[in-house]
Amino acid sequence: MRAVIALPFAWLIVFFLLPFVLVLVIAFGTNSPDSVPPVELGLNFESFRLLFTDDLYLAAWISSLRIAATSTLCALLLGYPMAYAIARATPERQPLLLMLVVLPFWTSFLIRVYAWMGLLSENGILNQFLRWTGLVPHPGTILGTEWAIHLGIVYAYLPFMVLPLYATLEKLDWGLLEAAADLGAKPMAAFFTVTLPLSMPGVMAGCLLVFIPAVGEFVIPDLLGGTNTLMIGKVLWDEFFSNADWPLASAVAILLLILLVGPIAVFQRQQARSLERR
Amino acid sequence: MNAPIVRIEGATKRFGAVVAVDNVDLEIARGELFALLGGSGCGKSTLLRLLAGLETPDSGRILIDGEDMTGVPPHRRPVNMMFQSYALFPHMDVAANVGYGLRRDGTPKSEIAARVAQVLALVRLEELGGRRPSQLSGGQRQRVALARALIKRPKILLLDEPLAALDRKLREGTRFELVRLQEQLGLTFIVVTHDQEEAMSMASRLAVMNAGRIVQTGAPHELYEQPASRFVADFIGIANILETGPGQWLALRPEKIALHAEPADAAHTMAGRIVDIAYEGGRSLYRVAVDEGRIMIASSANVLRTREGPFHRGQDVWLSWAADAGHPLRE
Repeated sequence: MRAVIALPFAWLIVFFLLPFVLVLVIAFGTNSPDSVPPVELGLNFESFRLLFTDDLYLAAWISSLRIAATSTLCALLLGYPMAYAIARATPERQPLLLMLVVLPFWTSFLIRVYAWMGLLSENGILNQFLRWTGLVPHPGTILGTEWAIHLGIVYAYLPFMVLPLYATLEKLDWGLLEAAADLGAKPMAAFFTVTLPLSMPGVMAGCLLVFIPAVGEFVIPDLLGGTNTLMIGKVLWDEFFSNADWPLASAVAILLLILLVGPIAVFQRQQARSLERR
Repeated sequence: MNAPIVRIEGATKRFGAVVAVDNVDLEIARGELFALLGGSGCGKSTLLRLLAGLETPDSGRILIDGEDMTGVPPHRRPVNMMFQSYALFPHMDVAANVGYGLRRDGTPKSEIAARVAQVLALVRLEELGGRRPSQLSGGQRQRVALARALIKRPKILLLDEPLAALDRKLREGTRFELVRLQEQLGLTFIVVTHDQEEAMSMASRLAVMNAGRIVQTGAPHELYEQPASRFVADFIGIANILETGPGQWLALRPEKIALHAEPADAAHTMAGRIVDIAYEGGRSLYRVAVDEGRIMIASSANVLRTREGPFHRGQDVWLSWAADAGHPLRE
């Protein structure tokens, strides 16, 4: 029994706490390109000082939040009607529709992002189609813009929005909507006064499940975004692999973590509360 | 002013192969407390939902206060419904639940507050405006649902099994409360119930439904004393149904039959033996086996405080009833 409980703790210590301490220690070290590994341990605040003085990091921080927030909003606007339609479908249909939502997971995430490159590039499938139909004779290229990042994030994380929304909507008592209509609520008013407030736990869970990974997203901005796209995950990668500045990269990683502590705490509290209500 | 408030003309509603409401014609007068009575699946709730606009008839039409309701969505009908499950909004407190209908109409806030207080007082919940539905007892929830449906002063209040979720003691008190409210407000109430005792004691008129059709409409005493068919005679109260000829029957209520220990002198008599006695407090029901193994049920009021009734099981008895005690049936 104790071993069963101890195992996940041991796992967390070895694969989470230990690496985190390592990163924390490196962040306070000094960059020394000639040694292996390229870091001299110590108590150097230079990397953190740089984070707060160089505009690049603040800009990357803000830009990450902005992109993640817009993408989350788009995923919500797209995912809510989907979840609603699934929840209102006949019970025999629902498993099929849910399977379609998670079907993309059967293919590797990376391959799917590469597929988007093929779709969005200058001579990609989308532009070929636009030229062929003559809808847009000289289409611009979406690949390499912030649009492509939004598209990629919304596409990749949509199931994480749809599933928690479905879970709350599926439990909704549709009789309440009949009561609202009976009391004079037009369908829209019934939605905003009854359905939406009662599905808020699902909205919160879905938004946080999309927002949290989207803030630190690296693959999507790297492959779909342009060279001048600033996202904190990409900055981290550049500091580590291009500039080989381990202390600075570690400091960025810690910054990212601090950035996400807030939303994660909100998510945790909200989950705990919805458990209590049951 | 004597035009009916509700007029249903040939309304039919199918769900797949099932005909839930089958060519129903019905008129309900203004200010009535009308009950739709029937077993489960007889179509009474569907008929109520057709009135509310929550279902649309496949054919026929419904007029409310002379206006054709075809194509009128529920939110524009001058009726309100009290749902069987109450359907209270769990994320709103009692006052917000009750005021919901007025807010949808854009009534000024001050007026809403005043009317919410007024209707909460009407159902004796003035102290509980700030509570959530989850913090209320079943009886309190029932009254919130009632207040919420009453606040818009609908032309008709539809009540779907209003007392079904309450325990027996509370049900009786609430039944009188509903009748008092209906008389006080002068509204038309249409109550759906499966409980014949409830329907009989509350309604000024009722309709008995079976398999999607209305089989008889009338005042409670008419349905009890002059049932139109064997179904109605059997569904409402207890009836002994005697075959008097081909396609002819007689419905005889247990209390119309007198029990005697010795042969009696009456228009109709029958000899038998008591096989079972059901003691119900105020009265006892006697199951009497008569010729050919048929069972007749007779009741007798327990007037005396004796430990046992005047008759015992296995006793030979004689039944008698007056010439006009039974009601002839042709169906």
